[in-house]
Amino acid sequence: MDFRFTDEQVMIRDTARAFLADASDSAAVRAAMAGQGDAWARVTGEMGWQALTIPESCEGLGLGWVELAIVHEAAGETLLVSPLFATLGTGVSLLRACAGEQQQADWLPGIAAGEATLGVGMQGPGKDWGLRGCGVRYRPGDAGYELRGELASVVDGAIADTLLVVALDETESPESARVFRVAADAQGVTRRQTPGLDQTRDLAHLQLSEVQVAEDDLLDGSRAGWPAIQAGLDLGVIALAAELLGTAQRSLDLAVTYTLEREQFGRPVAGFQALKHKAADMMLRCECARSAVYYAACTADAFLEGQASAAQLAEAASIAKASAGDAAFENAGEALQMHGGVGFTWEYDIHLYFKRARAGRAQWGSSDWHRERIAEFILDGDEAMS
Amino acid sequence: MKLSFSPENEAFRAEIRQWLDENLCGEFEPLRYRGGPGDEHVFIDERKAWEQRMAAGGWVGIGWPSQHGGRACSIAEQVIFHEEYARAGGPGRMGHIGEGLAAPTLIAYGSAQQQQRYLPAILEGREFWCQGYSEPGAGSDLANVRSKAVCDNGVWKITGQKVWTSLAHEADWCFVIARTDPGSVGNKGLGFFLVAMDQPGVDVRPIVQITGTAEFNEVFFENAVAADIVGEPGEGWKIAMALLGFERGVSTLGQQMLFQNELDAIVTIARKNGAAKNPLLRQRLAQAHLGLRTMRYNAMRMLSGGEDGSLQREALVYKLHWATWHRDLGELAMDVLGPDAELLGENGDYDLSRLQSLFLFSRSDTIYGGTNQIQRNIIAERGLGMPRELRPR
Repeated sequence: MDFRFTDEQVMIRDTARAFLADASDSAAVRAAMAGQGDAWARVTGEMGWQALTIPESCEGLGLGWVELAIVHEAAGETLLVSPLFATLGTGVSLLRACAGEQQQADWLPGIAAGEATLGVGMQGPGKDWGLRGCGVRYRPGDAGYELRGELASVVDGAIADTLLVVALDETESPESARVFRVAADAQGVTRRQTPGLDQTRDLAHLQLSEVQVAEDDLLDGSRAGWPAIQAGLDLGVIALAAELLGTAQRSLDLAVTYTLEREQFGRPVAGFQALKHKAADMMLRCECARSAVYYAACTADAFLEGQASAAQLAEAASIAKASAGDAAFENAGEALQMHGGVGFTWEYDIHLYFKRARAGRAQWGSSDWHRERIAEFILDGDEAMS
Repeated sequence: MKLSFSPENEAFRAEIRQWLDENLCGEFEPLRYRGGPGDEHVFIDERKAWEQRMAAGGWVGIGWPSQHGGRACSIAEQVIFHEEYARAGGPGRMGHIGEGLAAPTLIAYGSAQQQQRYLPAILEGREFWCQGYSEPGAGSDLANVRSKAVCDNGVWKITGQKVWTSLAHEADWCFVIARTDPGSVGNKGLGFFLVAMDQPGVDVRPIVQITGTAEFNEVFFENAVAADIVGEPGEGWKIAMALLGFERGVSTLGQQMLFQNELDAIVTIARKNGAAKNPLLRQRLAQAHLGLRTMRYNAMRMLSGGEDGSLQREALVYKLHWATWHRDLGELAMDVLGPDAELLGENGDYDLSRLQSLFLFSRSDTIYGGTNQIQRNIIAERGLGMPRELRPR
């Protein structure tokens, strides 16, 4: 039993934090919110994170989900504005789980080289996460398949070069679920960036009208239907949970720093029990989320090595996402309160954390959605999840 | 990061599992799942006999060093022992205060003579211990102890009142902190004493609790003779604090196994009575499952430890987490039970079901061993560097 970072993982974390302290400081985040960001160029050029979980045989770094979580946690700490989560966290994850061997060999090296960004789409407008909310339908087409439908809230979907689209056939059965690789500039794809409450993450609305997809662009591993796709999506859920952990932790850190500086009644307000106890609860949420995220990351590695089941991955991912999502939102909200009046201003950064946390908690399955999935396993099945 | 136990650890697991299988049966069968928190008053003689069976099997003092008759088991092995013990439904341990608190203290601070006098009887399951720390005016503020120790011709005599002493009426010995220096205040001037319970100067009075049962007691000392003082007069605080440090860690996964049993019982009822179809209860049941899993993951981090064995961040929050989780579980149990939650059994006075007992007894979890509020102070001060509470002394 050795549930702690190796020396190499500590180094990756420290390097990531040092890099982001510069590349994603408050000024950089605010510039990116105004469309003037350069973080992705620096991430791909200086850090190579886009290649992190791409196998060495596909010209990647060949690292695992613990390292992926470390980098996403650091990104969540500084609200990094970049397609890192969309490309590495969700896109590469889905390809690792669902693309065939030859497809991976064909597609991954370009991503590792930083030449393409990805976006993953499943939810239709106004729909929930999960298969029931799937917004695109496929049927046989001239070249192989034809896709039609609408996708909402696709993370970085308006800037992605390549889209990975989860779709159902007319039966809408779980067995019919497939993942298609679609060039963002393919005929019939209309993209529109949708303004969001959280300005640190771009969301897009996509319209697909009679989009033709070649047989080769159907992800081989998705031919078996929903279970394999769900596992690929769960690998991405863990990346988002890791980001939210970083957001939860930084919210706490900002609150502690501020309350130690801010004096009222002749002493730092951090000395008042009302605030100490809030901070203690925030730390409890952070540590629980941290354990849940890294447990899920270890489970993801075990899953990819064939040593954990998809059900174990799903359970760990749902626990991580619900824990980290709630920790991020509750901590950011408490941190805002602990900032007092300045917490309500545009000038201080805490509102950016509050908005990111709120959005992240809802994306890729809300905390309630993930708890309901856990409930199905413990209450509805004939056997427990694991 | 690795999450699995080593093959050697798994072999140890198989060994304890087999031993429990072969021994926790026959005359001991009725003890399964009994005698835990809220149920400590049952099967006293049988559980003492069980302690001796455990001792004969070499399962008492497994974490002690071998020169004191222990097995010198690693942390991982001790964790596995507690986990398997709880999994098998091993009864609440009568000997845990002696084995887990008195003995490590004597090993660390006792004289060779004291070690020879007390350790074998603990190791053999012959003598049982209780703890004399809290007083009516000294709970979280333990340094406010008022019990007095007076040295009379080389014999220390204790006068004062202790409270919340579990198993006092069943114990042979009590370790007591008392004031050796009459003019002293706070954590100065205290001594750590070993006092035989069976003597005229010791009076034990049960405290009837919220559950109608009485696991805890008040203990009154009136010139009670202390057989020994551990360390020097004035060193009592240092020793008492070290003892509290022994309390942490290895039994956590065993405790979680008991929690899992309780959650499983609630899930079973929810599936039977339809509560499992209520969307709000589904969320809360899932949250309970999630909370217990994260408790386990926290414990795994805690047990993986820092290189230097220092207290980890996750260890600081552990008590607050499990206490709050368990109290919430008690409330959830009642809500899952529905209208039946309010109805008692009809066998005797205040006949609580297991889950009703859980509901009531879990209210103590957020109070004893440092209330949730004290825990939050500790977390904020030690974990986050926020200002310490004012301490007038």
